Amino acid sequence: MSTDNQIKLPTYVETPSIRRDSMAGDGPFKASVEIQNNLGFPGEKVDNWQEVAINKMAETKSKYKSVQVFLDSCMKCGACTDKCHYFLGTADPKNMPVARQDLFRSVYRRHFTFAGKYFPRLVGAKDLDEEMLDDWYNYFHQCSQCRRCAVFCPSGIDTAEISMAAREVMNVIGVGQKYTNQILGKVKKIGNNLGMPEPALKDTLLDLEEEIKDDTGVDVKLPIDIENSEVLMVSPSADFFAEPHIDGLIGYAKVFHESGVSWTLSSYASEAANFGMFIGNYDVMREGALRIRKAALDLNVKRVIIGECGHAWRVAYSFWNTLSGIGGGAEDDYALRLQDQLDSNYPQPQHMIEFTYDLIKNNKLTFEKSNNDHRVVTFHDSCNVARGSNMGNIENGQFILPREVIKAACNNFIDMPKNTIKSATFCCGGGGGLLTDDLIDLRIKGAKPRMHALRKSEQESGVNTLAAICAICKSQFSKVLPNYDFDPYMVVSVHQLVSDAIVLKHKLKQKD
Amino acid sequence: MSLISILLIFFFYISTLIFISGLSYKIIQYWNTPAPLKIPIAPSALDKKGVLLRYFREIFLFASLFKANKWTWLFGWSFHLALVLLFFRHLVYFWPGEVPLILYKTEPFKYAAYPLIFGLLGLLGRRLFVDRVRYISAPSDFLMLIVFIFIASTGMIMTFANNHPNLLMVKNFASGLITFNWSELPGEIIFLLHIFPVFCLIAIFPISKLLHAPGIFFSPTLNQVDNARKKRHLSDWASKKEDDLK
Repeated sequence: MSTDNQIKLPTYVETPSIRRDSMAGDGPFKASVEIQNNLGFPGEKVDNWQEVAINKMAETKSKYKSVQVFLDSCMKCGACTDKCHYFLGTADPKNMPVARQDLFRSVYRRHFTFAGKYFPRLVGAKDLDEEMLDDWYNYFHQCSQCRRCAVFCPSGIDTAEISMAAREVMNVIGVGQKYTNQILGKVKKIGNNLGMPEPALKDTLLDLEEEIKDDTGVDVKLPIDIENSEVLMVSPSADFFAEPHIDGLIGYAKVFHESGVSWTLSSYASEAANFGMFIGNYDVMREGALRIRKAALDLNVKRVIIGECGHAWRVAYSFWNTLSGIGGGAEDDYALRLQDQLDSNYPQPQHMIEFTYDLIKNNKLTFEKSNNDHRVVTFHDSCNVARGSNMGNIENGQFILPREVIKAACNNFIDMPKNTIKSATFCCGGGGGLLTDDLIDLRIKGAKPRMHALRKSEQESGVNTLAAICAICKSQFSKVLPNYDFDPYMVVSVHQLVSDAIVLKHKLKQKD
Repeated sequence: MSLISILLIFFFYISTLIFISGLSYKIIQYWNTPAPLKIPIAPSALDKKGVLLRYFREIFLFASLFKANKWTWLFGWSFHLALVLLFFRHLVYFWPGEVPLILYKTEPFKYAAYPLIFGLLGLLGRRLFVDRVRYISAPSDFLMLIVFIFIASTGMIMTFANNHPNLLMVKNFASGLITFNWSELPGEIIFLLHIFPVFCLIAIFPISKLLHAPGIFFSPTLNQVDNARKKRHLSDWASKKEDDLK
């Protein structure tokens, strides 16, 4: 494609000069008393908050090796300073990963280290006062916990761990974020982030079945609460209602239909997302995982498969085996009760991409790739999938498998510039509990590095479709793309591409 | 023995004591603190061999830093490599009695002083002139570099500018520290200026950012095998939560 008449942009966002306090402010809306109490946190800032916070810091660093080691071992080399999309998009120095950590580290030094107790100025140790707490609230909610900085850190320091610890400390003193904590309350009460009750969910699925029937003439089912199914599918609840997510769900249904493998959704565990990770709270995160465990046991399934959701996949892949025993290789009774039921011939849990990829490799799916010929597709590696998980149990599988699935369904696939994909992928700007309208300014600015890369691919290769495998990425992009003069409808689920090209050969209804 | 010799010998043992006890404390603390969740960072290792390879790349080549910033890598890597070479070069002095021949072969390592000072000045330059790095630097970060530069300069003045102290006295003093067979400090003031800050660094090691040296080995992002689906990973405090479910 000719680029003669088009303006050339750099392949990366130029590193800005720092602009102090350019993102200073009050941070996102705070959680109400009710929202906080619902999760077992104090409703308002407790009177002796400093004392409680310091004690919580002590507890956290004694329970998490990451926190203790990361607080000590930063040598301030500056390698991370130009790696955060929020720094690149805002130029606020407190959005440099090391400076963000230092908000927490300076308090750690003041209260827990010899040098910080006796020579605070020398080592940059600071008291936890009102001003510091305000900075914590504001800047730890300008971190999407995407872990890009950790890829470049010579000590392996992961700012997400510090940001989770800080949010946990803030919740414990009664300073919580409305968006995340409200959603966690809904999961607790109803089972999904939307608070979508069972009848509404069932109606939606029936509507979708009709829609697919009208479209294809084939009876593709979206079963729910069917005991003894082979597969329990857990997807982010956004897949049930949001655009473009819902077309991805239709894609999963078509793939299951073609595979002949029986599957079911669960009305009890109708949410793959687990915002408990964002607030760094083990118990809340575990509670979410236990819902899936209960559903898997109750429905007596052989496999658990996760839909397209980034942090959900990190939680499922990396944490579920620990939190609730959904996995393999356990030796304790608690986990074995479930693992003996699951089919150990398959990875547990499995990503929908892995399921589809296996079918493709075994020639079980037929595609009419030309259906996607109007698209030039690129793929956005979602941060939690890219940096906190694997697929296919092969090295770099989390980068290979989604691309292979896309290429099986599309003729035109182009990657974005190398330093913006795979392990160096830029966050969409809305992850980590920041996908809320009260942070829209931050979200738009944080998307800038990804948008620059996309523009380059658009101009050089004519890319017109941005595929993603994360509910948050899809919602965030749909919202911010117009701010960068892109069509918001260019965002698609990977399984929407599959859905559009898959040939439904099994016209009869799904085998039982 | 002169008062200054006695004081310096005393300081050496104090520093070493702080170093050993402080570092042991930190290492035991790191060792004992549980890592409740699997958090390896990409490109993560799928088996133990992969973890070893990863550490090889990180410790000998500074692979992540190389990806991050070529200048910082160049300065940081030359500085650390030179430190290692110069450590071996200095063993000659501390080795008690007959020195193994191989240690004499380290003589050319003295030229590592050049990459050492090059790296240090580069790192200092970044702290001074790159606004982002200046912002994150505490006074101690500058001080640390200045102390290193001071040690390197005094060493270079002795070695390359014909200001050698009495090498026999250096050897007796240094190896005497190891064998508790103490002897007089060489009289040259420059030797004192060289060795005193080294002892200071030994002392502050466990209470400063020099902890990045043991820290890297305990980073869960680097040292964990990415096999969460294949093997259940459970820390003590987390497993207690399951007691009522068993």
